[in-house]
Amino acid sequence: MPSFLKDFFNRNGTLMGSLMLGLVLFWTVGLIILPQLSMLDFSFRPNLPPPEIGGPKDVYTLENYKYLVFGPEGGSQDYNAVDLKVFFRTLVAAVCVTIFNLILCYPIAYYLGQTKGNHIRILALMLIIPYWINEILRAFALRIIFGESGVLNTILVGSGIFDTPFDFIRNDIALYAGLGYAYILLMIFPIYNVIESLDHNQIEAARDLGAPWWRIHKRVVIPYAKPGISSGCTMVFMLSAGALAAPQILGGPSSLWFTQLIYQQFNDNSDWPQGAAYAVVLLVTCILLVLAVMRLFKVNMGDIGK
Amino acid sequence: MSAGVGVDLENLWIRFGDFVAVRDANVHIKGGDFFSFLGPSGCGKTTILRAVSGFLEPSEGNVLIGGNNMKGIGPNKRPTALIFQNLALFPLMKVWENISFSMEIAGASAKERRKRADELLDMIALSDQGDKLPSELSGGQRQRVAIARALCAEPDVLLLDEPLSALDLKLRQHMRTELREIQKRVGITFIYITHDQGEALTMSDDIAVMRAGVIDQIGDGKTIYNDPATAFAASFVGENNVFRGKVLEVNGNEALIRTNRSGDLRSRISTANLGKLAVGDDAMMFIRPEALDLAPTGTKGENFVTAQVTHEEFEGNTFNIFMEGDGGKEIKVAIPNHGQSFDDHTGQAMTLEYEVDNAVAVPAGELAAE
Repeated sequence: MPSFLKDFFNRNGTLMGSLMLGLVLFWTVGLIILPQLSMLDFSFRPNLPPPEIGGPKDVYTLENYKYLVFGPEGGSQDYNAVDLKVFFRTLVAAVCVTIFNLILCYPIAYYLGQTKGNHIRILALMLIIPYWINEILRAFALRIIFGESGVLNTILVGSGIFDTPFDFIRNDIALYAGLGYAYILLMIFPIYNVIESLDHNQIEAARDLGAPWWRIHKRVVIPYAKPGISSGCTMVFMLSAGALAAPQILGGPSSLWFTQLIYQQFNDNSDWPQGAAYAVVLLVTCILLVLAVMRLFKVNMGDIGK
Repeated sequence: MSAGVGVDLENLWIRFGDFVAVRDANVHIKGGDFFSFLGPSGCGKTTILRAVSGFLEPSEGNVLIGGNNMKGIGPNKRPTALIFQNLALFPLMKVWENISFSMEIAGASAKERRKRADELLDMIALSDQGDKLPSELSGGQRQRVAIARALCAEPDVLLLDEPLSALDLKLRQHMRTELREIQKRVGITFIYITHDQGEALTMSDDIAVMRAGVIDQIGDGKTIYNDPATAFAASFVGENNVFRGKVLEVNGNEALIRTNRSGDLRSRISTANLGKLAVGDDAMMFIRPEALDLAPTGTKGENFVTAQVTHEEFEGNTFNIFMEGDGGKEIKVAIPNHGQSFDDHTGQAMTLEYEVDNAVAVPAGELAAE
């Protein structure tokens, strides 16, 4: 037995230790790894009616992946332009949502982390309490705000800024606002956690040595907050690329999110292997993208856990 | 040596809500001086430093640096550099980047910055340590890096907020000498905040003794130690024995004080209180432990105190005798050890002699907490 496991059992006793270890293993293996492996397996199989499963036609194939790139066999186009477009649009939009969230949340997290006083707790509560409300209800609330006869249009038209109501939903503004709003806590809290531990004297020292505020952030605060920033960005990116509720409710009629395509394959087309292949492509691309960005900014995997 | 840039505090008041942190401070700090604010924690000395560095705007009054009013000028625009109590080195920057941070802000090239950082590293005897991170240095080395970082900004005034308090005793004593030498070499004004009277006395040209937001006395170390202006200054700086009483007579710069339990004692009146201490006033008289002497058996000098010995201790360089004193305080006598034999006097009544010049009387006032 490796020494860290021995320590673990010595500290917690055999019974508690096995129980804790068992639960963690059940969670990671039983609830995450095995289902994902089964999805991976699905993605390499043809979509067969139940009697043929396990039969001679049930062999491994790349056809589901080919479909995403080239479209149906014998189709009129060289590439599956519709789905690929949705795929890349989703990735780009998720990146945009992440950047937008970072810009919005960094100042909030900095303020919360570096200001002392009771009002900070109240502010944090005010950020948290709206998240007690169901995600779908929050999305519908945004629909009410951004709708054609919604709150925002009433104000804009009523005050004479716009002549006719602006279609926030068709222009995807509602979608981006919804996605951004859905995950701001996941951006704020990792950054807040790190910045809270930054000694305020560091900021004063930089100021005392002549640095203007933006230099202080560039040279002192941001490098220090990097683990929190990368952790927040990773979560927001992964979750918004994989979001389903917000695009369903707030997306314009013409703009699909890639998760909606996956959903359609599973539910409407009953084509699990095809849906699984799409899901695998999305997951792998997102992971690769995150790893590449981490490499670019010299962030270690260990930092993400902070 | 260059004259350096002086600092003046004019009628400085600093309030936090109802709390008065600094009350009407008036201080003139000469250019090129090593000036210390000495006082217990919470006396407002750090608040004064923050007002000089610009992190805090005074509620009333002015801070002048080199004769220029600093009102409305931010800390990044003042000719001061502050050394923080916890040093506040940037943990993610290398030592040389830390030192040359102010040049980076000013837009100097990496080559220039490295050159200047290396010069400063030579000065603080850390020549080859520039590429390390602050966390890889020892406490004393980090201390010197913080000084170099502040000096690199070429400030007119260097502000030090108890920078030695985190170091152990030996290193602290070594750094006192080193700080004083650096100050003499660069010739700029140092303003030093400390609660440690040893640091203040050994390093400073002048000292301001502070109590609860008020400056009790400003003077050089010898004046503060030998000629305290208030009961607080007498009891806070160094060890002192207090005798409470009323002034019975005043003759020139001498007073006769009827003490509560040691009879009538003759004392010098502290210079600041000449002409102010009058017959009938409540007074306190102070005699240092080293200024009291055991009278030879059977003789009594002109000025003496008699008291019961409660206990004794041997400190190495001195034998300390503790006697019953006034108001629950013990009288301490320190007899230098030059190898003589020393009897146990516990329980005996002893007579102690002193010179009138070594006793100093001030108006009765608050004593420093022990």
